[in-house]
Amino acid sequence: MTVTPRAQSPRELQVLSRIEAFRQRRPRLLEDVITLAHGAGGKSSAALTDAVFLEAFGNPTLAALGDSAGLTLPSGERVAFSTDSYVVQPIQFPGGSIGHLAVHGTVNDLAVSGAVPKWLSAGFVIEEGLSIEVLREIVADMTEAAALAGVEIVTGDTKVVPRGAADRLFINTAGIGIVPTDRVLGPERVAPTDRILVSGTMGDHGMAVMLARGELNIEADISSDTAALGGIVSELLAAAPGTRWMRDATRGGVGTVLNELAKSANVGVIIEEARLPVRPIVNGACDLLGIDPLYVANEGKFVAVVPVEESEAALAALRAHPLGEDAAIIAEVVAEPPGIVALRTPFGGSRIVDMLVGDPLPRIC
Amino acid sequence: MKFVDEFRDPAAARALVRTITELATEDEYKFMEVCGGHTHTIYRHGLEHILPDNIELVHGPGCPVCVIPMGRIDDAIWLAQQEGVIFTTFGDMMRVPGSTGSLLDAKARGADCRFVYSPLDALKIAMENPTKHVVFFAVGFETTAPSTAVTLVRAKQLGVTNFSVFANHVTIVPPIKAILDSPDLRLSGFLGPGHVSTVVGTRPYRFVPEVYGKPMVVAGFEPLDILQSVQMLLKQMAEDRCEVENQYSRVVRPEGNPQALQLLNETMELRPHFEWRGLGFISQSALKVHRDFAEWDAEERFSMPGIRVADPKACQCGEVLKGVIKPWECKVFGTACTPETPIGTCMVSPEGACAAYYNFGRLHRDTAIMVGERAAL
Repeated sequence: MTVTPRAQSPRELQVLSRIEAFRQRRPRLLEDVITLAHGAGGKSSAALTDAVFLEAFGNPTLAALGDSAGLTLPSGERVAFSTDSYVVQPIQFPGGSIGHLAVHGTVNDLAVSGAVPKWLSAGFVIEEGLSIEVLREIVADMTEAAALAGVEIVTGDTKVVPRGAADRLFINTAGIGIVPTDRVLGPERVAPTDRILVSGTMGDHGMAVMLARGELNIEADISSDTAALGGIVSELLAAAPGTRWMRDATRGGVGTVLNELAKSANVGVIIEEARLPVRPIVNGACDLLGIDPLYVANEGKFVAVVPVEESEAALAALRAHPLGEDAAIIAEVVAEPPGIVALRTPFGGSRIVDMLVGDPLPRIC
Repeated sequence: MKFVDEFRDPAAARALVRTITELATEDEYKFMEVCGGHTHTIYRHGLEHILPDNIELVHGPGCPVCVIPMGRIDDAIWLAQQEGVIFTTFGDMMRVPGSTGSLLDAKARGADCRFVYSPLDALKIAMENPTKHVVFFAVGFETTAPSTAVTLVRAKQLGVTNFSVFANHVTIVPPIKAILDSPDLRLSGFLGPGHVSTVVGTRPYRFVPEVYGKPMVVAGFEPLDILQSVQMLLKQMAEDRCEVENQYSRVVRPEGNPQALQLLNETMELRPHFEWRGLGFISQSALKVHRDFAEWDAEERFSMPGIRVADPKACQCGEVLKGVIKPWECKVFGTACTPETPIGTCMVSPEGACAAYYNFGRLHRDTAIMVGERAAL
């Protein structure tokens, strides 16, 4: 049975086009003080980056605004260089700690750029009064995570600030990885009919941290998925050498990553809602809080775009890896409408999946 | 997910759409869904696009964030800026613009605003910060009012004196009546409020069929609830019946929740009148803290400016709330007013019609057909 959707009047269509045109513009920085929205990864963050950082530091490498900077050494070798700061609260939570995140977050940014992560720096901002025992535990987590990820922490820095000037512990890491000579990944390679895969269940990290704060009186056995993705990314690239583009689905979740893809590749993305992998317990917690798991952060999951003919091999490779048991093909790339992510509901309805406005879960990484 | 998946079953949804299509024999039906929660479900699950062409869903006033007028937000911001005050509220309220920015802006400038999931959390903050005064900015229909009531009782029992409630609770029947009295609208019937009815029951709506001759079906919030309620409305009309029916019987009882109502009676009293965004002043449409609890009433403890502020000229939230215009018909919709830079309340709350349409529904018809009808991956 086919049902004709409600017809839209010419006026409504006109409004829709006007809105699309408006959305193509880079957002402008309107505020005169920093609000939490500027750190939430949405449009406010983009406006701040444009108006303050790009304006001041602007260069072609930075302007690409990728997960990492792609650099070519005088020898001709290519390296990827990335940095990230970690301010998660609480600093220890089920499934990991700020130490795991500080290593995984940066090595994953390198891995999804197609690089093999090699070296990390680590900078610590410590609030007066932090227990040295806790610091040792977190540093041990970093050691363990670095060993598993095959990276060395080769330089670092420590600052201690008075009580109240930081919240226990902030960590910054920067990392360098080497890009194999024949590896080219980029949004410009994404084409209609390509398939989009996610390497496992969505939202575990964000909900684990949220619940670990104990503010919600919800008890659920949810652990962070924090993990280094270098290994599973290699398996994927071996099985699907035509892989176009990858990104780890951290802050803003899979929904945000797909929007970034649609915009940077100027393609449409159609998600099959029934295919989205979410643990029932995570789904339940999200439903209670009115949060869409599509927008909840992960720390051990990535999104990959592969050509349709390699999609089954890619899926099999992901599922064969211990970190990818729940991997799924979740979406397809289409030519029209460019820049839009739409979702098909199980009963044939449709809706937009937009960039997230305002972070419902601050300080999760 | 248990108790949820069964209300999102695709086969059942398709069967309902078939029955709806068969029952909808007239040229045009206009059903108002009263609750913002309904609007959210309709767009989030793409229901607009699977209903037949002759059924239009009109979005109603039941979004608690949306109906708060700007002057009350200004009062809230004023309170938040008072020395020694910790100001608490539900997350959405933080982003609602007042005439000089939102609570979020006030927070960035140094006010101690915190969002809580329950007023009891606000009371807890008060007990943990005895040198501060904690204000809870209470909004919502009869759905959330009982939790404020419980908190007032608890504060009194525990003798917590550094806590007060800035009550902005509203009641559901007066706006429905205001809409029925409005000459602009020709509605065929109502999808009645769901969660409000768990408290007030279904009886207060009897005037809708009896006085105004419109059918009402109290509806749940899952996609199948909405579709089944539309089907029940059509069935009433086909069978020439006009009554209040209860689709959401798994939670709503005809008598509501007498205990909660009793508690509301003890802790709150009707205001003679209250300003609603877009609907203007409606008499006996809102609750204030009862005089027996005056010590915990922020309006008694602080002399707020209480200045009435007209809505921004460009904003047509009022018309949207009354269902007179669709969100996209507002002049600033999607350009000057977006979820990122909202001008009106309807763009702030996820239950607001503008936010729901902008975030989920903003799809070109051809795209909607293409997406909805494509083969599964």
